[in-house]
Formats: sequence, structure tokens, C-alpha cells
Amino acid sequence: MTPDTMGLTFLAFCLPFLGALVAPALTRLLGHNAAWPLALIPLAVFLHFLGFNAEVARGEIVTGGYAWVPSYNVSFSWLIDGLSLAFLLLISGIGTLIVLYAGGYLKGHRHQGRFFSFILMFMGSMLGLVASDSFLMLFVFWELTSITSFLLIGFDHAREASRRAALQALIVTGGGGLFLLAGLLLLWNVTDVTQLSLLMSFGAEVRASPFYLPLLFLILGGAFTKSAQFPFHFWLPNAMEAPTPVSAYLHSATMVKAGVYLLMRLNPVMGGTPAWETILPAFGGLTLLVGAVLAIRQTDLKLMLAYTTVASLGLLVMLTGFGSEYAVAAAALYLVAHSLFKGALFMVAGLIDHETGTRDITKLGGLRGAMPVTFLAALLAALSMAGLPPFFGFLAKEEIYVALAGGSLRAIAFTAAAVIGNGLMFAVAFAVALKPFLGKRVETPKHPHEGPALLWIGPMLLAVKGLVIGIFSAVAHALLTSPLASAIAGKPQTVTISAIPHVGAALLLSALTVAFGIVIFLVLDKARAAANRLVEDIGWGPDRGFDQVMRGLVRAAVSVNRLTQPGRMEVYMTATFAVVALALLVPPAVYGEWPRAPVWPANIPFHELAVMLLAVLGIGAVLAANNRLTAIVALGIQGFCVALLFLLFGAPDLAFTQFMIETLSVVILALAMTRLKLTPRDHRSLREKIPDAVIAIACGLGFALYLLRVTQGRFDTALTDFFNLYSKTIAHGANVVNVIIVDFRGTDTLGEIAVVMVTGLAILSIIRIRKGGKAGGEA
Amino acid sequence: MNTLIFRTVAPFLTALMVLFSLFVLLRGHNEPGGGFIGGLIAVSALAIFGIANGIAAVRKALWFHPMAISAFGLFIACLAGLLSMVFAVPFMTGLWVYPVILGVEIPLSTVMLFDAGVYLVVVGAITSIALALEAGDDL
Amino acid sequence: MELPLVLLIGVFFAAAVYLMLSKFLVRVLLGVVLLGNGVNLLLFANGRVLREVPPIIPAGHDVPVTLTANPLPQALILTAIVISFSFFAFLLVLVYRAYQDLGTDNGNEMRVAEPENDPLPPTGY
Repeated sequence: MTPDTMGLTFLAFCLPFLGALVAPALTRLLGHNAAWPLALIPLAVFLHFLGFNAEVARGEIVTGGYAWVPSYNVSFSWLIDGLSLAFLLLISGIGTLIVLYAGGYLKGHRHQGRFFSFILMFMGSMLGLVASDSFLMLFVFWELTSITSFLLIGFDHAREASRRAALQALIVTGGGGLFLLAGLLLLWNVTDVTQLSLLMSFGAEVRASPFYLPLLFLILGGAFTKSAQFPFHFWLPNAMEAPTPVSAYLHSATMVKAGVYLLMRLNPVMGGTPAWETILPAFGGLTLLVGAVLAIRQTDLKLMLAYTTVASLGLLVMLTGFGSEYAVAAAALYLVAHSLFKGALFMVAGLIDHETGTRDITKLGGLRGAMPVTFLAALLAALSMAGLPPFFGFLAKEEIYVALAGGSLRAIAFTAAAVIGNGLMFAVAFAVALKPFLGKRVETPKHPHEGPALLWIGPMLLAVKGLVIGIFSAVAHALLTSPLASAIAGKPQTVTISAIPHVGAALLLSALTVAFGIVIFLVLDKARAAANRLVEDIGWGPDRGFDQVMRGLVRAAVSVNRLTQPGRMEVYMTATFAVVALALLVPPAVYGEWPRAPVWPANIPFHELAVMLLAVLGIGAVLAANNRLTAIVALGIQGFCVALLFLLFGAPDLAFTQFMIETLSVVILALAMTRLKLTPRDHRSLREKIPDAVIAIACGLGFALYLLRVTQGRFDTALTDFFNLYSKTIAHGANVVNVIIVDFRGTDTLGEIAVVMVTGLAILSIIRIRKGGKAGGEA
Repeated sequence: MNTLIFRTVAPFLTALMVLFSLFVLLRGHNEPGGGFIGGLIAVSALAIFGIANGIAAVRKALWFHPMAISAFGLFIACLAGLLSMVFAVPFMTGLWVYPVILGVEIPLSTVMLFDAGVYLVVVGAITSIALALEAGDDL
Repeated sequence: MELPLVLLIGVFFAAAVYLMLSKFLVRVLLGVVLLGNGVNLLLFANGRVLREVPPIIPAGHDVPVTLTANPLPQALILTAIVISFSFFAFLLVLVYRAYQDLGTDNGNEMRVAEPENDPLPPTGY
């Protein structure tokens, strides 16, 4: 990679974020037409990455990037092979159409600029996710997609359902992100590399590692939540609360495929083991069936599509883990095909909603006259989804059956799952594409007519692309799907399937699927009723479980809070000082570090003892004081005694300071207390006094013992010597205490006088709150 | 407490104590004393003045708002530290000059400026607290 | 020399803690003052105690000629005294204002911020 393309590629990754910065201003300026200039951003990204197509098609891997945190081996580097390139093109290509579509869909919305901003941020995160070489960067982008999708799902934040869906998506995918983080760190530990490109050569070591199984579970925890695999599928249909452009983009083509991307990316490293080839197809197959059955149950166009997306993701996971060459090719084909037709169908659903005011399939009908272009787009996309020739979806489905068909029990089971799932999706595809347009015209809340170009360009282009790729499959295979399959498999592969049906087991299974699909389509109402009964019989679902967990969480938090924060001061105080006493007394008891028994010193001058005794008397008087004056005087007595002690022990500075402070304290206390109609009398009953006294004496004893132990130890005079030695010679001061305060430890003092000043300000403001309320005078 | 004698003596006492506080501040580097102690003595002086003649008199005598004095003190303390920047030495390095004024060599230093800052902060903040508490029934 | 001082410091701490365990803010305030003095004495005694020789270098000498008291804890305590006074004044004003507004100095009766039967927070979204 030349420096030029490296810089441009870096710019391509930054461009969506830069666009997100200017989008709100641009929208304020141009209104909904801002979509046109903003769509140039993903278009430019798309064209830039299209330039890599030739290299990647030759089987080369393009890497590049910049060091970011070299000490942690984190770099902003990218790895562009068949897999990332396919994703990059899908994200930027569909992104271009989605930006245009959003321009029409949210026309006149108060926060359209904000929406553009969010969707561009999401696009940038998603591009980073699929292109990151460093898997720490991959994780960062993974979480960014979770956050931006939270913003997008909750875009309509005034509605509670919207908020719930956004929070649910964030908690499920963000929680999964934590699993992923742990998994990636474990992977780092096992292999000692952080680059995906280097990881590829460590496959054997990873698979043989004793940590393989925990590693697998952690990675799957991230991938399955993101890609909505059963039983984490519930957040995806709920996310349909988002505006349709979001559903069409995030929840069909891009974000939900991030988990699939991760599995495909790690397939060469972690795949091929019995655990991988059991867990992935099992969960994938189950998700396929659950998603398909739940899709039949719905009448809301978007929800029908959402559940088929769940089913499709299940199919992709199943294929990724199935473990044969054809399965990988099938996964590659289906990945691209699904993004195209599902994106188109979602946009069609949004278009119908936009023009008629409803998405309920039972309240729609006969729109073909009013919305012919939409009808055409829907039909083309549905044909691809149904897997009919010569559409792209047909290729994917043929390859799926080629991959799955086999004689073993495992093959038969998964083939059956695929046929049932595909058949149900076939029915849903035509239900979405035909029911609203054919039949008798039904009255709708709004009078329908064809939407503006901004709205139908997207679905039309995607649907047509499905047809074009289907017809010119050889070109698509060479440029896109073969490199994609090679990257998933970890070794060169060529995809050869074409749209011309060839007789074989696969075709037979396709026919079976179509027949099953047609039957279900014809009896859709009955099938829906049956599916509804099934779900009602089960009753509880993970969606309701989510609510229960969240409510439980709040309750648990409240009870913990009530326990630890009862709002009673003496509880806090008692707990604090009990811990202080324990901390002082338990360690010496455990380690046997009690002080030696002290001897009463012989030569204590009488006046020192007298001062100390006076201090004790003062303290006793404070404790026993029953009126204000006694308390104040007693407090003054102990304070002055402390000052005298300082004076006696060679600290005149301290003595003077203490003396002044005590004077001021007494003055201030007297000023306040004379106005405070309070007595310092002890109100505690004897039953309260005894435990309090025990804690207090334990604290006092603890400090006394601690001090005794310290003074019996050796005294390190290094600091004292330093200050004594340099006080005069360097700092030119004879009063060592003062020199320490203003010179050696001047910065410390600066902080302390700042505290004194802030206290003064705080006191003044507390007083002014009252004063300001009354007269606004100066305190 | 508010006797005629007290009221008459208080201004002189206050003036003397403030003078003494300055003396304590300046000699602090070599003898017991310094900004903290000096400041506290000045506050006591003002408190006595306030008790004798009322807080309005103290405010008038101070001229500036006590918190402004305090803030100015913090400012010059910071300035004393930052002066070292001009001489490209680490923050708070003591700098000394010895100008000869009227034939007497007078040692001046950033350290002394810093101590003066401490003095002003203490005077301002604690006077402000004391005045706030003295200021009548509704505080 | 240490033993009497150690005992005195123990008494200071015990009395301070006992006062602070009270529900009544005035007593807590008195406890805070005692605690401040106790801690200062503790610091002082930690730096060892010598009598009557302040850490001041005599004129004409560059270093102290006799063994002097330890200057380091003194410097720490000097600022601590002023800070604890500011803290005490702040608490006093808080107690005072609380009493003016709430008519009590019993900490348990001050439940403006944390009402006794606080309802459950909303469990919706």
C-alpha cells in the first residue's frame, strides 16, 4: 500500500464521522435535501473501497494503518480481504441508499439533522468494525455500533416503547460486548498477538489450547447477542421501534451481521472443531426455525421482516459452523443476497407505511395502481428472498442445499430445518410483496400515491442488483463471492454456481421449499392463527424475561440502598468508627504486634502533668456540659491546654496559632450558640450510651496503642535532618518550621490556603442563600 | 461588653494588634511567626473592633470585601510561585534580591511575598466568616 | 516522656468519637473540634517529643547547634490547625442554617433529601 492510498483509506474511515459533525448544520441549511450531499460521503467510501476489488480478487490481502498506543500494541490498522471488502461495500453501498431514503422518509422531521448524524456515526463504526486488523480496535468499534444503534433505536425518544427497545438493545448487545472483550483478551493471552492478520497462523494453537472452550463461549456470547441468535433474538424485533431507515440498515444489512462477521472471521482460527460444528449449527438452526415461525405470526410488515431477519441470521450462523466447503460458499452468497433483498423489502415496508399510514398487512390491499414503482421493487426483492431463478437469492439457496444435502442424520436434520425455514420465509416474502398490492383496494389512514424519488431509489436499486448479480453470476463470483468464501474458509475457494438450474438433489429440495412456501402462503391466515396459539401456549418468552430481570434489578438496587443508606446519621457514624476501631485493634492482635509494656517516666515536670490533667478535665467538662456556656468554656480550656503543651514541647509557632484559633473558636461559638436555642445535653439513653462508649473507648485505645508502638520503634530522621541542614543554607531562613511551610512545601501550603479561601466562600454562600431569598443584601 | 471604655480603647487596640501582626508576619522567616499566625492575630484584632463598634465599622475600615482580600492573597501567593517561570526555574523556587535602601540591605524574596499571600488569605477568609456570624439575628 | 501524652491522646480520641456518635449535631460539632486537636497531638507525638528547644537556627550558624524539636510535624500541624478551624466554622454554619430552616439539630429528623418512606423508583423505561 502506498502512502497515498494509506492516507486515503484512513480518510475513508474518518469521513462518516466528519460527516456526522456537519450533518445537523447542513440539514438546517438545506432541509431534507441535505441527503443528497450527505449521500456523497458513503458513496465516496464505496468507490474508494471498490478500488481494492482487483487486488482482493487476485487473492491479496491489503493491510495498512498507523500505530496508536504502541506500548499496548494497539494500532489503528486495517485488514482488507474478501470478507471485509464484501462488508465494506455492503455497508457503504447500502448506506448511500439509506441516507437518501432517510432524506425522504424523515422529511420535515424536527431532528432530521440529528438522525443523519447518528446514522453516519453508525456507518463509521460499522466500517471500522469490519476492517479493523487489531482486535482491540474491533472491540472499540463493536461497542460504538452498540451505542450508535442505541441512539438510533431510541430516536423517537418520546415514546416509551422506543426507549425500552433502545435500552434492551443496548443491554443485550452491550452485555454481549463484555463477553467479547473477555474472549478477545483471552485470545490475546493464548496467542500473544493482537492482529487478526497474524492470528490466522495461530489456528492450531488456539484450537489445541486448554482455554479453547471458555474462549469459544465468550466469543459466541458476543456474536450471538449481536446477531440476535436464540435466545437473544428478542431485541431485534423490538428494535423495529426505530424509524424504518434504521431498521432497513442496521437490522437487516449491517449491525446484526456483525456477529456473523466475527464468526466468519474467526472460522479459520477457531472453526473445524467438534464444539464449533455442533454449537453453531445447533443454535443457528434453532434460531432459523424460531424466527420463521414467529415471522408467520406477525401482521405488521416490519415485524414480519424482522423475524425473517432473525431466521436468516440463524441460517448464516448455521452455515458458518456447518463445516464444509459448500457451506462456506453458501454463507458467502446468502450474506450478500440477504443484505440486498432484506434492505429493499424493509425500505418498501417503510414506504408503504409512509404513504398509507399503516403497516398492518390485514389493513392493506390493492396498492398496485397507486404505487407501481414500489410494487415492482417489492416484487423483485421478494423473488430474490423466495429464492426463485434467476435471482441472486436462488443461487444462495441452491448452494445452501448443495452444502447441506447428505445422507447422515446430521445432514438430514439440518436440511429439514433449512427447508422448513426457507419455506416459511418464502411465504413471508410474498405476503410482504403481494398482499398490500394485490386484491381489493382497502381504505387506509392516508391517501396513498407513489412516494418521492428519494424514497424509491433505494429499494429499487437494491432489488435490481439482486437480479443483475443473479444473471451475471460469473462476474460477481470472481469479484465478490469467491474472495469472500476464501476469507471465511481461510483457504482459496471458487464459487461457481449459476442461475441456470441443474438437475440434482439441490433442485429437488428447492422445489420442495417452493411447494411448501406456496402452501403456507395460501393458508397464511390459518398458519398465523396456529403460530399464535403455539406462542400463547408457551406464554413466557425471553422478552418478558428481560422486563422481569430489569424490574428485579431495580428492586435489588433499592433494597441494597435501603440497607446501606438508611439516612440515619448515627448508623453511618457507628459503622465508620466501629471499622476504625477494628482496623486499629485487629491487625496487632493477629500479627502479635502489641507495644511493649510502657514504663512511667521518672522525670516528668509537675507543670506538664498539670496541663495534661487540665486538658482531660476540659474534655470531661465538654462531655458532661448541660448548658451552652459550660460547653464553650470547657472547649476553650482543652484548646488552650493543647496550645500550652505545644509551647512546652518546643513548638512556639504552633502554640501561638492554636492560641489564636481557640480564641476565635470561642468567639464564633459564642456568637452562634447564643442565638441557637440548643443545649449540648446528651440525650442518649443508657442503652444507647453503652455501645457508643464501647466503640469510643476502643477507638481511643486503638490510637493510644498504635502511637505507643510507633514511638517504641526506630525514628528515621532523614527528612528532619534534610530540613535542618538546608533551611538556612539554601532557603535563607532560620525558623525551620516557617521555611518548610512557605518554601520547601510551598505548593502544599498554596493548596491549603486555597482550601481556607474556598471555605470562606462556601460559608458566605450558605448564608446568602437565606439572605438572597429575603432581601438580597450583602452578608 | 459594649462599654464606653471598651469602645474607646478598641480602635487603638486594633491598630496596635494589626501592626503587631505585620511584625509577626515579617519576622516569621527567622523567628517564631509567619503568615498564618500573623493573619490570625489580625483577625482577632478585627473581631475585637467588630464587637466594640459593630460589623458595619469593620466593613468600612477594611474598605475591601474580606473575600476580595482573601482572593488577592491567593493571587499573590500564586504569583510568587509563578515568578520562577520568568527565571526558568521550577515552580515555587525561592528567589532573593538584596536591594540597599537608605543604606540598609533589605532581603526581599518571593518566599516573603508568598507568606504575605498566606497572611491575606487567612485575614480575608476568617474575617469574612467571623463577620458573617456576627451579622445580626438572621445571620 | 511519651506515656502521659499517649494517654492524653487516647482520651482525646475516645471523647471525640463518643461525641460524634450522638444524633445531635451540636455534639458532633464539639466532637469534631476534639478530634482535630487529637489528630494534631498524634502527629506531633509521632515526630517524637523533645522539650523546650524550638527548631530555630541561632544567628551566626547555618545548622541548629543543639538537638531541637522536630520541625516537620510542626509544619504539618500548623496548616492543619487553620484548616480544621475553617472546617469547624463551615460545620457550625451548616448546623446553624439547618437549625434555622428545619427547627432541629437532630440528624435523624432531617429527612428532606431522604424522606422516610421513599417510594420505589419507576420500573418503566
